[in-house]
Amino acid sequence: MEPVLELKNLNKAFGGLRVTNDVSFTVMPGDITAIIGPNGAGKTTLFNQITGHLVPDAGSVFFRGEDVTGMAPQAIVAKGMGRAFQVTSIFPEETVLENVRMACLARRNEARRPFRNISTFKQATDDAYAILESIGLAQHAQRAAYELAHGDQKLLDIGIALGLQPSLLLLDEPTSGMSPDERQLTRDLIVRLWKEFNLTMVFIEHDMDTVFGIAQIVRVLHLGHLLAEGTPDEIRNNPEVITAYLGEEVQ
Amino acid sequence: MQEKKSYLSEAFLVALLVAFAVVPLLHPSSYQIMLASHILVWGLFAVAFNMLWGVTGMLSFGQALYFGVGAYAVGLMMKHLGQSWFLPGMAAGLVAAIVLAILVGLLIIRVSGVFFTVLTLAFGQLAWQICFRWYHFTGGDDGIQNLIPPGLLGNRFVYYYFTLVVVVVSIWLLLRLSQSPMGVLLRCVRQNPNRVPFLGLSVRYSQLRVYVISSLFSALAGSLAAGVDNSIHTDMLYWTTSGEVILMSVLGGIGQFFGPFIGAGAIIIIQDYVGAKTEYWSLIIGLVMMVMVLLLPRGVVGEAQALKLWLKSVRRSNGG
Repeated sequence: MEPVLELKNLNKAFGGLRVTNDVSFTVMPGDITAIIGPNGAGKTTLFNQITGHLVPDAGSVFFRGEDVTGMAPQAIVAKGMGRAFQVTSIFPEETVLENVRMACLARRNEARRPFRNISTFKQATDDAYAILESIGLAQHAQRAAYELAHGDQKLLDIGIALGLQPSLLLLDEPTSGMSPDERQLTRDLIVRLWKEFNLTMVFIEHDMDTVFGIAQIVRVLHLGHLLAEGTPDEIRNNPEVITAYLGEEVQ
Repeated sequence: MQEKKSYLSEAFLVALLVAFAVVPLLHPSSYQIMLASHILVWGLFAVAFNMLWGVTGMLSFGQALYFGVGAYAVGLMMKHLGQSWFLPGMAAGLVAAIVLAILVGLLIIRVSGVFFTVLTLAFGQLAWQICFRWYHFTGGDDGIQNLIPPGLLGNRFVYYYFTLVVVVVSIWLLLRLSQSPMGVLLRCVRQNPNRVPFLGLSVRYSQLRVYVISSLFSALAGSLAAGVDNSIHTDMLYWTTSGEVILMSVLGGIGQFFGPFIGAGAIIIIQDYVGAKTEYWSLIIGLVMMVMVLLLPRGVVGEAQALKLWLKSVRRSNGG
């Protein structure tokens, strides 16, 4: 099987600070990978290099066998990489439906059509409603996105990424800012979406219940380099990881 | 699931068409026709301008450039080649506007915010200077007079209906654009340009497209204006023309498709009625603008829309 994502010796420095230090790993189709690490470990910077927002100083990013290092974000996304954001990133004045439909239109290459009314694009509209059903926002379809509660806005952010039917979905702290109850719901939802859409996911997360609850593979970043990788159980019991990051939290 | 599709905008456009179509029947004086023509031409100009600002969030302070290109394409061809070159002049103006908008657009959409605004102003003033100084070709400060459209179009009734049809069809095309996927994409570019690339779509390309489209219809409005006034002058390229279209949009409301059209009508009517009584009409416009911006920042149409929503929610909470 061809890996969905392959990072080869990625390096990035901001001035003298090495934020990504020789990071390499492979993501296979169907994997749910968690990336954990203390604040400043370089997790979001790593995401930014994968999605083309930042160009690595050295090393390369392969997406579905193709070298996408240094490509513009829109080019990489158009190849099937979806991303949801740590700080919710939606289109606040548009309706919930419109937010997701825009992504569905983009995937079908219809997002730049200048003449036909948007509601007559039946396929994209049906796709969008299907996603809204899956993420539980269908009843809010006609409301403006800014009216949604914070947790629902985070789900909408994921919904937009799903609209692209991504071969790889990157989630940056999907449960940040949520209450414990919302977290549990979001965890269940992510697992359900993973099955429903045959997703391959990489997510950054600080909430250990989420990490150990849904990830199959956990990778630990520390000061820019990959400290450890393995199954949740291996990571939980890895002495290095406990010293560097987990500390008392898991014991 | 089926969406409710509203035909309110289409109905408004039809009402507009009918209202303007009966003007010459009720007031056959050339004065009233002139006033209505100005509202139509500036209304189109303002709606085209607002595709950039209100919809996409690109505040251009230089759309006079394209208004002037449209007008001068007609004027120069008629001056140098003859009266019959009116319609070819209009076509040439549209082509010139497209080419110019692509070239200028590629340079200026690299920057955003106030830098974009300043660059549009600079290009507009550059064109004005060239036109102003190149006396033997453009007529400089004298402008170009006696631009009577040829044949049937020379009749002021015929020309009025010609203007009406061109303006209504253009606004209809822009309305379709605003309701299309591209129109929603442009609104997305304004609301959250950082997310758009993560839909696999380019922000710059969308901005360039709307810049060209807006400029094209601005030029069309300018070329129609040449036939309305039978003359053109360098003021059409001056920054005050760009400023006026901004005022019109603010007054009518930049968040609503027809806002700028209403704003154009309001400003032209104020200018006309107040201007007939006092030479200080610009003071009145200034006061009106101040009140609008301070008290009713969503513009006439925007505030009306908000009032409607508010009444609806009051009724719902009373009834519920």
